[in-house]
Amino acid sequence: MSKSTAELTIGPILFHWPVETKRDFYFKIADEAPVDTVYLGEVICSKRTPFFEPHYEEVVTRLENAGKRVVFSTLAEVTGKLDRKVAQSVAGGAKDFFVEANDVSALWYLDGHPHAIGPFLNVYNEDTLGFLARKGARHVTLPPELPASAIAALGKEAKSLNVSLEVQVYGRIPLALSARCYHARAHGRIKDTCRFVCEEDPDGMDLKTLEGESFLTINGIQTLSWPCLNLMNDMEEMQNAGISAFRLSPHSHDMIQTARLFRAVLDGEMDAQKATAHLKEIALAVPFSNGFYHGREGYKWVDTGVSFLSR
Amino acid sequence: MNQPHMQKPELVCPAGTPAGLRTAVDAGADAVYCGLQGPTNARNFPGLNFTPQELSQSIEYAHEKGAKVLLAVNSFPPAGRTQEWKDSIDTGVQSHADAIIVADIGMAQYMAEHHPDQRLHLSVQAGASSPEAIKFYCREFGVKRVVLPRILTVKEISDLHAEIPCEIEAFIFGNIGMMAEGRCSLSSYATGLSTNMDGVCSPASHIRYENKKDGSLVSKLGDFTIDCFHCGENAGYPTICKGRYDAKTRSGYYAFEEPVSLNLTRLLPDLVQAGVTALKIEGRQRSRAYVKAVVHAFRKAVDACMEGREPEMDTLLALTEGHRETQGAFRTKAWR
Repeated sequence: MSKSTAELTIGPILFHWPVETKRDFYFKIADEAPVDTVYLGEVICSKRTPFFEPHYEEVVTRLENAGKRVVFSTLAEVTGKLDRKVAQSVAGGAKDFFVEANDVSALWYLDGHPHAIGPFLNVYNEDTLGFLARKGARHVTLPPELPASAIAALGKEAKSLNVSLEVQVYGRIPLALSARCYHARAHGRIKDTCRFVCEEDPDGMDLKTLEGESFLTINGIQTLSWPCLNLMNDMEEMQNAGISAFRLSPHSHDMIQTARLFRAVLDGEMDAQKATAHLKEIALAVPFSNGFYHGREGYKWVDTGVSFLSR
Repeated sequence: MNQPHMQKPELVCPAGTPAGLRTAVDAGADAVYCGLQGPTNARNFPGLNFTPQELSQSIEYAHEKGAKVLLAVNSFPPAGRTQEWKDSIDTGVQSHADAIIVADIGMAQYMAEHHPDQRLHLSVQAGASSPEAIKFYCREFGVKRVVLPRILTVKEISDLHAEIPCEIEAFIFGNIGMMAEGRCSLSSYATGLSTNMDGVCSPASHIRYENKKDGSLVSKLGDFTIDCFHCGENAGYPTICKGRYDAKTRSGYYAFEEPVSLNLTRLLPDLVQAGVTALKIEGRQRSRAYVKAVVHAFRKAVDACMEGREPEMDTLLALTEGHRETQGAFRTKAWR
């Protein structure tokens, strides 16, 4: 089997990791991970942004020297003054670096400069894709709740628009954003006095139902799935449908090995079932899910030949 | 201090059915909003919404009484299925709706291209919460009014008003969702039906109530327990963002928001001064009796405000969810 031309990417770190952890993570990704593109930037909470500012330069240099493309992602929700300042500082830098817009306000600042569209900006159909392409979008990461049928229809359209498409294939699934910080709320605080309690949970904070069943994951103003998305087994179908890049959303476990497994599946060096079994050993101790892609409940694992992993 | 120059705001009321529309219009609505049957609007519930013919007749009725009709085509068509949404837009235009409310960029583009003279409103589902986002929609598609997300304070609305070229519509009463509108997949995560694509959050078909041995009542959405009610507690509708959960730090708490209703009657003068030109009441899924009572009460409240009198609260308080009300995000940033 020949090696696939499909790209593997590392999405922005959604969680609030200590600065050193984050820097070391990117150094390791630069040196060891078989990925083509790395998305940097804080996309969840504008309050978190100042911490990593001093380190971008060295991280970008290290990644670029290792042959990786760097993209800066903008905030997913832009409301207050600080949000707007952060959005402007990232999206306004489009002359100097490639920007991924996660919110419509970023499109205002981008003003037609070539850019990427992130998964937090709703691209559900051909009309939206066509409009954004005319406004300078060159690469689009689709929202995680899209089923295979819509992804395939977008794949067809993207080809004629000369836009490349990306889909998240690994990591907890972003489900919702709010102006309220649920991490702060869980600690009896509010967003303004949060004292960055979200840093306690490098993969987010579990939320269980009153009957003790794990349900959701809290990450500041964001809510994610409790299970971990794994579309390893669907990548071939997506490639045939015109998807050319696959996103791994960072977690605290070994993302180098995770990237290697996905790369091996893309290149036909390992079958998805075997790779999923390996992945299970190093991944978060939670079930995998693939329901959204298969048009089902997002938390579910739909049997695609690796049913022994279902919840 | 009352402003003599305050513009009288438009009272925008929900209409789930043709009968509901007539009720709202007769009770004093300046405008009503509604949707066509199917997934093209964000309240796709069984028994709700209009056929094209009903829409046309209802618009005629409203216009005769001097009220406007705003058609919501405010869900997000998935690729391969956009024609149904475009047909809904065309139906609204042909029926002489006073405005079409959209959320999807593709549908806004369709409006700008095919119906450039039709008044276009940006739905709350577009989640446009910053001046830049709103300015973008205005510049690209000619949006005339933005329905603001329920996450801004009055001060922020006032600042926003100074920066954007379109009218502002704000929610003043009813159910409040805590999540950024148009970007929430919680319901689809639990049920497989998407708020954005299917137009339904917490569909009734996926809801169950179970009696427990200890006498408590459990509400479920799909496979998940959303809340548990003991004697004396009003059992609420299981919506994920209004449920009770356990976290490592707190147990049995409302992790997102308590099941309260938004009620901004007291803030009406502030909102109007902040530049809000349309006051929106949530609740297309509500009964005619509810709509009648709320619209009637708000008609009086708005008129009182414009005459510098204190609005009455009692009727509205009795109608709020679980008899509890909140000013949500509007009063202060502390709720965040």
